[in-house]
Amino acid sequence: MALNVARLHCSKSKFTQRVVGCRSSCLRKMSPTQWELPPELCCRPMAFVALTGLDVVYNAVHRAIWDAFCANRRADRVPISFKVLPGDHEYPKCRTKRTSYEWYIPKGILKTGWMNKHLNLVPALVVLFYELDWDDAQWKEKQSECATKVEIVRTSLQGRNTKVAVVLIQKKTPLPPGEDVVASERAAALCNACDLSAKSLFVLPHTDHLVGYIIRLENAFYEHAQTYYYNEIRRVKSHKEFLNKTTHQLLFVRHQFKTGFFSELKQDTQNALKYYKTAYSLIHELRAHETNMLEIKTLAGFINYKICRLCFQHNTPLDAIAQFRKHIDLCKKKIGSAELAFEHTAWMSKQFQSFGDLFDEAIKLGLTAIQTQNPGFYYQQAACYAQERKQQATQLCSHEPSVSFPTPDPLETNSGALDFYGQRPWRQGHQSIDPPDAEKEKQGILALQLKERDVLHSELIIALLSNAVAQFKKYKCPRMKSHLMVQMGEEYYNAKDYTKALKLLDYVMCDYRTERWWTLLTSILCTALKCSYLMGHIKDYITYSMELVGRASTLREDQKSRIEKNLIRVLMNEVPEPEPECDPGSVKAAQVLWSDRVSLASNNEFTVEVQDYVPFIQCKAKFLSPSFHVDEPVQLHVYLRADCPHPVRFAKLCVSLSNQEYNQFCLVEEACKGKDVLETSSQQNMCLVPGKARKYCFKFVAKTEDVGRKIEITHVDLMLGSESGRCVYLNWRGGGGDAASTHEALQASRSFKRRTRVPEQQVDWEAISIQASTMIISRVPRISVQLHHDSPALTNEMYCMTVTIQSEEDTVARDVSLTAGLKPGQDANLTQMTYVTLNSSEVCDEAHPALLTDISIGELQPGQKIEKKLYIRCVSTGSRIFLFHVSYAMSTTVEGKDITCRCHKDETVTIDTVVPFDVAFKFVSTKFEHLERVYVDVPFLLMTDILSASPWPVHLVSSELQLASNMAAVDEPQSQVEGVVLQTGECASECFSLRCPPVQNGTSTVAAGHYLISWKRKSACAETPVVKTSMILPHVIVETIPLYVHADLPSFGRVRESLPVRYHIENRTGLVQDVDLSVEPSDAFMFSGLKQVRMRILPGAEQEIVYNFYPLMAGYQNLPVLNINLLRFPNISNQLLRRFLPTRIFIKPQGRNGDASIAAA
Amino acid sequence: MAVCVAVIAKENYPLYIRCVPTQSELKFHYTVHTSLDVVEEKISAVGKAMADQRELYLGLLYPTEDYKVYGYVTNSKVKFVIVVDSSNTSLRDNEIRSMFRKLHNSFTDVMCNPFYNPGDPIQSKAFDGTVSAMMVPSC
Repeated sequence: MALNVARLHCSKSKFTQRVVGCRSSCLRKMSPTQWELPPELCCRPMAFVALTGLDVVYNAVHRAIWDAFCANRRADRVPISFKVLPGDHEYPKCRTKRTSYEWYIPKGILKTGWMNKHLNLVPALVVLFYELDWDDAQWKEKQSECATKVEIVRTSLQGRNTKVAVVLIQKKTPLPPGEDVVASERAAALCNACDLSAKSLFVLPHTDHLVGYIIRLENAFYEHAQTYYYNEIRRVKSHKEFLNKTTHQLLFVRHQFKTGFFSELKQDTQNALKYYKTAYSLIHELRAHETNMLEIKTLAGFINYKICRLCFQHNTPLDAIAQFRKHIDLCKKKIGSAELAFEHTAWMSKQFQSFGDLFDEAIKLGLTAIQTQNPGFYYQQAACYAQERKQQATQLCSHEPSVSFPTPDPLETNSGALDFYGQRPWRQGHQSIDPPDAEKEKQGILALQLKERDVLHSELIIALLSNAVAQFKKYKCPRMKSHLMVQMGEEYYNAKDYTKALKLLDYVMCDYRTERWWTLLTSILCTALKCSYLMGHIKDYITYSMELVGRASTLREDQKSRIEKNLIRVLMNEVPEPEPECDPGSVKAAQVLWSDRVSLASNNEFTVEVQDYVPFIQCKAKFLSPSFHVDEPVQLHVYLRADCPHPVRFAKLCVSLSNQEYNQFCLVEEACKGKDVLETSSQQNMCLVPGKARKYCFKFVAKTEDVGRKIEITHVDLMLGSESGRCVYLNWRGGGGDAASTHEALQASRSFKRRTRVPEQQVDWEAISIQASTMIISRVPRISVQLHHDSPALTNEMYCMTVTIQSEEDTVARDVSLTAGLKPGQDANLTQMTYVTLNSSEVCDEAHPALLTDISIGELQPGQKIEKKLYIRCVSTGSRIFLFHVSYAMSTTVEGKDITCRCHKDETVTIDTVVPFDVAFKFVSTKFEHLERVYVDVPFLLMTDILSASPWPVHLVSSELQLASNMAAVDEPQSQVEGVVLQTGECASECFSLRCPPVQNGTSTVAAGHYLISWKRKSACAETPVVKTSMILPHVIVETIPLYVHADLPSFGRVRESLPVRYHIENRTGLVQDVDLSVEPSDAFMFSGLKQVRMRILPGAEQEIVYNFYPLMAGYQNLPVLNINLLRFPNISNQLLRRFLPTRIFIKPQGRNGDASIAAA
Repeated sequence: MAVCVAVIAKENYPLYIRCVPTQSELKFHYTVHTSLDVVEEKISAVGKAMADQRELYLGLLYPTEDYKVYGYVTNSKVKFVIVVDSSNTSLRDNEIRSMFRKLHNSFTDVMCNPFYNPGDPIQSKAFDGTVSAMMVPSC
């Protein structure tokens, strides 16, 4: 059934369209009744122009001309209806004009033939086509022939104002006007001969530009036609002065209508509307009585139609609607003869329908309608009146079969048609209040009633409803649409088309069900039940019955009881009692159908998917827990409750689970089959007492393969009836619940009642919630996993973690395995930055994985404890999550079943990795001055500062300098930090004296090499390997200098003691150097030696200059400044060279006593 | 005076429907149900931002030949629908408004009842009384 519903849903639009489509075609096929508006009223009036003298069958030229007139008449062409008539065509005779209206008593309002006459019979203009060139050889003869033809036309139009025009079809292209003298002469002569005005003679050269000429021609015709209609309007108006208000009331209406109609023909719609409006108000001034009511209403309907049509055409839809409302209000009460009340409702229905059509047509031409004002409402109301008509018809026309149609037929007229619209055939033209012949009147009414009896009302109603459905669908009224579809379904039911009825009802049912309008649903279900009964559809019958006896039904208890009894009969394969208020004929047919069905042995098993209904048995299934351990039984409860008036017994209850192997455990079945379904007392368990919830418990042991899987209830099946008779499976998808239960559960959860206590034995139905799935999870591990480590880890260190696994099982844990390492699913880069090993002997590298899987541990006896050491090396800083997963297998017993289950325990730990120390490098001169660059062969110092950042004491095992090739140590460098332990924040420094060998160019940047520190954390045990951390030394700029100066002087001097100072000046170039040397005087020293000298130093040679300083003051004293100027390298500044020289010296004061030097002095 | 008064839940199912004469109950149910089309449309036409200042009274929902259907939506989207006879021309818009206001007040009282579970059908004597007062006396 669920599938069916889905299919219906997807074909929703198609379906309605098809129904609507087939209905409207049906409507068209029906013979036009007296209520149909005449086509000449509904069309758009166009000027009528007759064309004569054209032989469209045999003459190709004429054919082409005619085609040009009538083909492709688009909106931009003038509105004319053309007709080809023979030259001697007889036009309707014009009656002699009345000179006085004094003795004239009109017989009716409007003649039935009048509109047609002026649309199609009496032309505004007759055009005579004649082949004649100006230079025709037989001009004279032809001219007189033409004149004769014109005369013939004139004669047959005797008394009419119809104009005549002549068109000469010519082979030659005419010359410009005025140039052809012959032409203008002959034209004048022709006009004269035919008694035509010059304006009525046209020339149609049969050349290339035929359509262009034709368009010019028809525009000229149109002007003539307009003049004609203008004159007609004036003619009709002129009658007015002869009329008097007492006897000629009908004529006032007639004349107004006629002027309106002529105005329309003239395409003067504004005035037409005005005339029609006057006509409309005049018609309601007529004295209305039973004999002329029909005529008045018919004409009022016509005029109203015209007004509304023109209003829509003028794009004033509100005026149209207002006019229509006025019309309806005025005419609603004009019922006329009570015996023919159905005529009034039929007429009303037609009024609404034709207004709906007009409205719809206007929308197609661009009008916008809205939800609350659309054609649907008018169709709906039309359907309403059609329904009323049907009721009245059944009341008024249910004559005895013996009553026969009266003879002679009072509805027959001599001509076969009526003379005036809306009159009775048996008393045409009768205008007085009383019928002329009471007997004839009676016969006439009887004839009409008998005719009405044969009308297929249902078809009419359905057609109107389907029109309305289509409209409401368009204007977003889904509920209105559903409502109309219900009405359609009911009408189909009335028309005994049960298949269509059921289709429609079944289709809308779900809308009412989901919106929870139970009253409406119940009403629809009742009709649907009748349909399914009458058609002998067992499955539908069962489905609808089940819902009607259930909680969604608003039926009375006795009705429910009747339906339930019928349902039980069907389940026992018996014929149910007929539904009440069914057509007796159909019931008889249905009973035959049912007994056929009963005798049929096969096909007695049905499955009803109750998920989308509100069946009379409710079901809720729940697993007691959202998850079960594999070593405990899975428990499942199924609750059932019946809402029907009588207890109901079922034959089987089975739950289907996603793993079908468990289904066998979830089954309740009748012990002995073939027993009476009604006998409920014997097996209480299988019997559902109305209003009482019953619980069925199931229990099974999950398979170990299902660990980690979900077990779902796919459906719950409840079998009613018996396999021998007829059985029905109620099938709940998932864990039960139906179309109404979700909302009920929600309401129950909000309710204060849920907090009330329920007696032990009873089940609180509302409190039960469905749990349709459960998870099978592994057995709870009884094992402890402990981790010992000192966080945080240091970068590059072999971080040691100790895993302690202890079994708390009562039996042996087999296949114990450990998976340890970086937890998967973290940043992918971490995998490359983390190595794990069990081996402590060496530092692990890229070859080692981040996660060690399935480290086999073997068996663990109860209580046994095992320790594993794990080394982790993190190459980068940051935090990481490590996983320790211990799994094992063990055997246990559940519910007497031996199972082997695997258990596992996970431990995770987050470890931060930090840098153990920071190392800073700097290059300084031998004077510990910061160096930006170093000089070739001039010694300098490399300083390293190791600052501990580790929270743990770090043991520096040793350090090592790996110098690059262009860097050399001055002497054997030795580690000065060996064995040092750094606490947090402590710093260790080293200093190495280095020098650079000569470089190629004057200046270059060179790599200095590496600095290696071997270390481990202080707390680590002895076997933990030492980690070597290598650091790249900074690059340094090496520069060559041409001259190197250094001084030899003692470490201190003494006041007034000679202080010898030796300056060495080395020429490091391949050139002879001229050096200017001078010593600046100083207050602190006297000195002897060369004060100013210029000397020449050979390449690679060294000059020595000796001074004897004699200190005068104690304390730190600046030495006399030595200025050196290189003549060849003026850019080598004095300042630069001076950096190599000491700038000051400490001078000790003179000794006071016992000083040998003083004694000497 | 009304011929039918209905209270419709936010989810569009009926909480309360009373109508006279009771013979045409089904018809009134359909009338009220179909009027929800217009109510829904009117509510959705008001933008989200304007929802706070929305006028609760929706006015005439749609006219039928025989009845006029008026609508009213509370801020919690509970709908009130009142159906009056078309022939009853004496009722003006203001009177319909005041009927809705009375109905709303009475409904608020129902909601304030701690034993009433919102969403359940209304079974309140006081509410019944209010509705009866605005209904055409049934003969």
